[in-house]
Amino acid sequence: MSRVAVLKGGRSLERQVSLRSGARVEDALERLGHDVVPVDVGVDLIERLRAEAPDICFVALHGRDGEDGTVQELLEILDLPYTGSGVPACARAMDKVLTKHMLVEAGIPTPDFFAFTQMAFRELGAADTLPAIEQRLDFPIVVKPSSQGSALGIKFARAASDVPAALVSAFSYDARVLLERYVKGRDLAVSVLDGEAGPLALPVVEAVPREEDFYDFEARYEIGRTEFICPADLPEGVSDRAAELALATYDVLGLHGFGRVDLMLDETDELYVLEADPIPGLTDTSLLPMAAEAADIGFDDLVGQILELALARAPRV
Amino acid sequence: MRRAADEEDFVSSDPRPPSRSTSRDLERYAGLFASRTKVMKSSAMRDIMAVTARPEVISLAGGLPDTSSFPPETFAAVTARIAEQACAKALQYGPTEGLPETKDCIAEVMAAEGMRVDHDDLIVTTGGQQVIDLVTKTLIDPGDVIVAEGPTYPGAVPVFHAYQADVVQIDMDGEGMRVDQLEQRLDQLDREGRKPKFIYTVPSFQNPAGVTMSLPRRKRLVEVAAERELLVLEDNPYGLLRYEGEAPEPLYALDGGVYVMYLGTFSKILSPGIRLGWVAAPPPVLEKINLGKQEADLCTSTLSQLMVQAYFEIGDWRDYVRSLTAIYRSRRDAMLDALADYFPPQAEWTRPGGGLFIWATLPDFIDTDDLLVRALRDNVAFVPGSGAYLDGRGHSSMRLNFSGSDEERIREGVRRIGEAIKEQLELYGTLTGELEAVRSEPEDEAGTEEPGGRVVELRRREDRPRRAGGS
Repeated sequence: MSRVAVLKGGRSLERQVSLRSGARVEDALERLGHDVVPVDVGVDLIERLRAEAPDICFVALHGRDGEDGTVQELLEILDLPYTGSGVPACARAMDKVLTKHMLVEAGIPTPDFFAFTQMAFRELGAADTLPAIEQRLDFPIVVKPSSQGSALGIKFARAASDVPAALVSAFSYDARVLLERYVKGRDLAVSVLDGEAGPLALPVVEAVPREEDFYDFEARYEIGRTEFICPADLPEGVSDRAAELALATYDVLGLHGFGRVDLMLDETDELYVLEADPIPGLTDTSLLPMAAEAADIGFDDLVGQILELALARAPRV
Repeated sequence: MRRAADEEDFVSSDPRPPSRSTSRDLERYAGLFASRTKVMKSSAMRDIMAVTARPEVISLAGGLPDTSSFPPETFAAVTARIAEQACAKALQYGPTEGLPETKDCIAEVMAAEGMRVDHDDLIVTTGGQQVIDLVTKTLIDPGDVIVAEGPTYPGAVPVFHAYQADVVQIDMDGEGMRVDQLEQRLDQLDREGRKPKFIYTVPSFQNPAGVTMSLPRRKRLVEVAAERELLVLEDNPYGLLRYEGEAPEPLYALDGGVYVMYLGTFSKILSPGIRLGWVAAPPPVLEKINLGKQEADLCTSTLSQLMVQAYFEIGDWRDYVRSLTAIYRSRRDAMLDALADYFPPQAEWTRPGGGLFIWATLPDFIDTDDLLVRALRDNVAFVPGSGAYLDGRGHSSMRLNFSGSDEERIREGVRRIGEAIKEQLELYGTLTGELEAVRSEPEDEAGTEEPGGRVVELRRREDRPRRAGGS
C-alpha cells in the first residue's frame, strides 16, 4: 500500500475533465487499498505535498501545467516519484509543432503543416507567405493552437478568406499555431501502456461523431454524443500498422508509463499521426480505459499498473 | 497525519463496490438516457466558464445582484420575526400555488409597475427559472415552435432544448423585438402549417441585449398575440431596476392577462438566494402549470415565502430597490465610460437604461468563445454571445454584467478585454494586409444612424483621440 496524492483540476481549460479523471482514479486507488490524498492543483501545491508527504503522485491533470511538464518539474525538485511521462517527454508531446517535426525526422507520416508564432505575423511579415501555404496545403486547412489539448481552438478554413479569422481564434489559445493539411477519413486513437515487456499498443479505438462533422471537445467528453468502436473494424493490416506507428511515436517522444496517439486513416488506407497525448483522459468516456478494457485490462488494473510502473521507475531510498 | 491514515485503513477495509468497467458503464448509462437528453448540451463553454470562477478573475460574466448591499440587521429582523410569529408554519409544507400573504407582496410589486393581479391569477414558484420550465412543460410537445428574441436569455436555452422545442429567434433593434419580422415569420410558419405555442420575451432591459421594447412595439405585440391566439411569456426580472426615463407599460397590463403570461421574481429586487418567483397566467393555463408545479416540487419554500412577507412588513421594500438602483446606475455608467475609453472603434454596444447587462458586438472575424480564452489569460471573463442563440449566431458578441463588480473592477476588466480585442484586431489586420484599417479611426457612422436599422441598438465609441499604448 502506498500513500498516493492524486493531482487533478488545476487552472487549465480542461479542469473539469481532469477533476473527473482524478475522481475516478481515486476510487480505483482506494479499491486497490492505497491511501489516497486528492489534491486540486493550485497555488498551495508545494505546501500541500510537503504536508501530506505522499509516497508518489498520480498526475491526472490535462492541458496546461499538468501535461506540459511544469508540474512534473516541480515534482522532480521535491524528489517525489510520479506517474506517466517525464518532463522532456511532456514538453515534447504538448507541443504539437515540435512533435510533428520529430515525427517527420523519424519518418513517421504526419499531415503536411506549417507553424507560425504571432510574432512572425506581426514583426516578420509572415502573412505574405499565406497564399503560398494555402496552395501547398490545399483547402480545407486545419488551423490549431500548438499546445492546446482536446479540440479547443481548432478551426477549419474552407477557403482562403477563412484563414485569418481561424488564425486569430487559434492564437487565443497559444502564441504558436499550426496550419495542417486536412486528412479526410477515419478518426483513430491508439493507447499505449507500458509493461514489463515494454510498451504495448492497446486495441485501436475509432471515434465516430453522431452529429457534428468534426470530433469536437463536447463530443469527446459526453456520453452519447460520439460512438466509440473498439476494437475498430479496420481493413486488413491497418490495425497492426496503426499500432506500429503509435509505438514509434511513443518511442520518438520518449513517453513513459502510458499515453495515447491520435491518427487519421485516409480514404486510400494511409495512416497519419496527428499528435500524442502524454496524459490522456481517464474519465468514463475516455479512450484509454476503453482500449484497456478491450485488452481485458479493467480500470483498476490499469490504474494499478500505471502506479506500479512509476514506483518501479523511481525506487526511493 | 498517522491518524488520518489509520482512518483510511479502516475505511478501506469496508466492502467496496466492485471494479467498474468503462465501456459497460458507458453503454449501461447511455442506454438509459431519455431521448430528450441528446439535445441537452453541456457545452465546452460550461467547462471554460468554471475557470471564470477563480478568485483572481474579474468576472463580468455572471448575472449576480449585489447581495452585499442588503442590510444584515434587516435579515436578522426578518428571521427573528418568523421565529416568533410563524415558526411551525415556516417549517411546514404549503399550498402548491403559494401562500396568500406572499401573493399580497407580489400584487404590491406588480402594482408598482402598473399591473393589477388577483390571488387566483398567481402561482408562487421556485425562482423565475421555474416559470420558464413549467410554461414550457405545459405547452410544448417535441418539435413545437417557441418564438424568442435573438439573442435570448441564455438560461432559457437549455430549458427549450430539454423539451425539444424548435426555437425561432427574431432579431432585435433599439426598440426590442422586431415585431414586423415576427409577423413575417408567423406568416411563414403558418404557410408551413406550424403554429408557435408561445412567444418568449424579456421586454425590459433584456438579458442579454440590454434593450427595452418600445411602447408601440408592445402594443403591436399584444395585438398580434390576440389576432393569432398565441400566448406570450413576458419575463420581467429587471423592470424595477430602471436608471433613467419612464417605464413603458408591461405587456401584461396592456393585454389584461388574456394572452400574456407574466413571470416575476424577487431575485433582482430582494435576493436570488431565496429562490422566489411567480407566474400570472390565464386560469386554464395556470391550472395546468399548477399541476406541473405539484409534480415538480409540491410547493415553493414556505420559509422563503414568509421571509418575503416579513420583509415587506418590516420596512419599505422600495427603499432597497432604490439603493440598488443607485448602485447599479453608477456601475453601468462606469462600464459605459470604460467601453468608450478602452474598446476599439470597431466595437458596438448597447446602452441600457436599466437592468444588469450590456451587449457588445465585435467585427465578425472575432469569435468571442476563443476571445474569452484569451481574456482569461489576463484574468477577466464575460459571457460569449453564442450561448444566447440556438442557431449558431452570436459568435462575435458578448454579454457584460455591471451589477456584480464595483466601478474600479469594471473599469479594469473592460480595459483588459479591450486590450485583448485590440490584439486580435491588429493580428487580423496584419494577416489580411488591412492593418491600416485598425490603426486609423473609421468614420463614426453609428451616431447618425436611424434607430432600428441594426440588430440591436448599437453605439460606437465616441470619436476621441486614440490613446497611446496598446500592444
